[in-house]
Amino acid sequence: MKSVLKILGVIFLIILSVYVAYFGVGEKKVFAFSHIRLGLDLQGGVSIVYEAEGETPDPSDMAAAVAMIQVRLDKENYTEAEVAIEGDRRIRVNIPGVEDPQEAINSIGATALLTFEDIEGNVVLEGKNIKSAVGQLVDMGMGNEPAVSIKLDDEGTEAFKVATQANIGNPIIIKLDGEIISAPTVNDVIRNGESIISGSFTEESARQLANRIEAGSLPFALTPVSSSGVGAKLGMDAFNASLKAGAIGFFVILIFMIVVYRMSGVVADIALTLYVSLIIIVLSLIRSTLTLPGIAGIILSIGMAVDANVIIFTRIKEEIRAGKSIRSAVDSGFNKALSGIIDGNVTTLIASFVLYILGSGIIKSFATTLGIGIVLSMFTALVVTRILLRSFVAAGLQNPVLYGGAK
Amino acid sequence: MNYIRSKKIFFAISLILILICFTMMGINYVRGKGILNYDIEFSGGSILQLDIKKEFSVPDDILPLVIEYLGDDSAVIQLVPNTHQVLITTKTTNAKLRTEFVDQVKHKFDLTENIILLEDSYSPTISKEIQANAMYAIILGSFLMLIYIWIRFNDFKFGAAAVIALIHDVLIMLFVYVVFRIPINNSFIAAILTIIGYSINDTIIVFDRIRENKKVIGGSDENIINVSISQTLTRSINTSITTLIMVSCLYIFGTASVKEFAFPLVIGVLSGTYSSIFIASPVWFELRKFARKRATTT
Repeated sequence: MKSVLKILGVIFLIILSVYVAYFGVGEKKVFAFSHIRLGLDLQGGVSIVYEAEGETPDPSDMAAAVAMIQVRLDKENYTEAEVAIEGDRRIRVNIPGVEDPQEAINSIGATALLTFEDIEGNVVLEGKNIKSAVGQLVDMGMGNEPAVSIKLDDEGTEAFKVATQANIGNPIIIKLDGEIISAPTVNDVIRNGESIISGSFTEESARQLANRIEAGSLPFALTPVSSSGVGAKLGMDAFNASLKAGAIGFFVILIFMIVVYRMSGVVADIALTLYVSLIIIVLSLIRSTLTLPGIAGIILSIGMAVDANVIIFTRIKEEIRAGKSIRSAVDSGFNKALSGIIDGNVTTLIASFVLYILGSGIIKSFATTLGIGIVLSMFTALVVTRILLRSFVAAGLQNPVLYGGAK
Repeated sequence: MNYIRSKKIFFAISLILILICFTMMGINYVRGKGILNYDIEFSGGSILQLDIKKEFSVPDDILPLVIEYLGDDSAVIQLVPNTHQVLITTKTTNAKLRTEFVDQVKHKFDLTENIILLEDSYSPTISKEIQANAMYAIILGSFLMLIYIWIRFNDFKFGAAAVIALIHDVLIMLFVYVVFRIPINNSFIAAILTIIGYSINDTIIVFDRIRENKKVIGGSDENIINVSISQTLTRSINTSITTLIMVSCLYIFGTASVKEFAFPLVIGVLSGTYSSIFIASPVWFELRKFARKRATTT
């Protein structure tokens, strides 16, 4: 009786995980397959790697360049875009879901233009005259407040002196690529080329603004060393085709296993179903990016996940032939299969680990998928298949024929 | 079946394939086609896939524009079968030139909507880096696996035999890429590493049996190997069938870029299964024989 409950319990858990993998939890459909983040090759999009020309820039300059690109992307409404530093002189920009890859590439390709303008729109100072900008706490007479202090070069100092003289009481408008980022009011003539932009800043927003101002005066040029754009349609086609291939292959394997391994095949199929839904749930949960090779990796891993089951069943068959009872055949079959399964999977894990460390972009996501697949397939074969087989035996299904023994 | 007695036949089959692979590489080199069909990710260059949406002629409509605006008269221009799409591969160009070119194509064919399906560009410096990283990943991966097997099986010869079987599979995959001129890109690395993982897993299951049988049944190496292989044979075949089912589905239903990746995997799975049965254990046998000989002579 207890064993029947166990079987029902496991089957309930599996149905639950299939449900979760398909429909997800809550409004955001967390855990569901539709929540998995797709790579640019599957949903369409652009990936560009920029490299700083000349000597290796220092980290603050790189951060400033990232801020600059971010401003531009926001301006173009590419809200899902990601900008990241790779190594010490490269910046990768990923923009998902764009129809026209060229449009996106061009919109971030131009150089940044930072301007200070008076109220009539005359340019009084340009970004190239700024030596540095720092976000810091400044005593503005009412305790310390976050603000941005800027230092100008000689030419800028002179220009700024003239401009502030003419605009006391009026705002000076600071624009990046034509977008207003701040409009501080001039309180005094500024002669020393140092200025403080105050306003309702938090420490974070002051630091950000400083980065953006410095971005307008980048000390290095960025050149694209690689760019890769896939139209949305091509990406979705590849995704749908792979999904179809996976689903069809999966069902063929389910049938194959039952035909060849009978009762054990049913158990393997149950474990395999759990394996596939667990992979979806985990990928959805950790928000790792799924790319085309990644899907191929999963599809391959489904084929290989069967392997551990096959090894175990072969062993059980042998134990039955050697004259053991079904119950002890299941136990010793598992134990004998264990070392081979672990050694085989650990070596494959080593391969995925090396790929994860050395690879970038698509290869890294492939490694993640492969690694997760191996760990989950070991879990389903060694834990779930074992519980199910033992429970089936305990529930009275003891005819050796069911487990592949001779009649 | 006696796997050891027939080992020369198995070695010969593999060696012939590998020799064909290297010969083809040589012929390709002499003909100036490049030893391997490096994709732009690995050689540097730009590629554009455009959907022109109506009939066009490559020499009359496309080529003049490519020469004028992309400045490359040795560009490779391919048609995508059954569509109005064209693939243009050139040396590395900058984004501005490509935009200009695409605008001209749109103008020529009276198109206003987006026609770019795919646009990739890699500078020669970054592609060299990608290539070096890929080689490094394969070598480091194999080396770490060798160490792991050496430790777990307490015998260097098991590790060495497994790695030789693995190199065999990499060469057979390379054979496929050379003979069918499949582009070498990041998917190639993913495919090779997947097959390395698959093959080593397959080989280890056989070695695991040998390790076990050495303790249980004893007797000559030849006997132990033959018993172990026949005990694991059904499993090897069934696993390769299920894996082949999945990979073949990927090949049958996949889009062009998926097919390009799935086909070498099909061959790799076959080769991985073959090597774990016919190459790995016979090599281990030879290594043992060699070690024994050396021990008696010194």
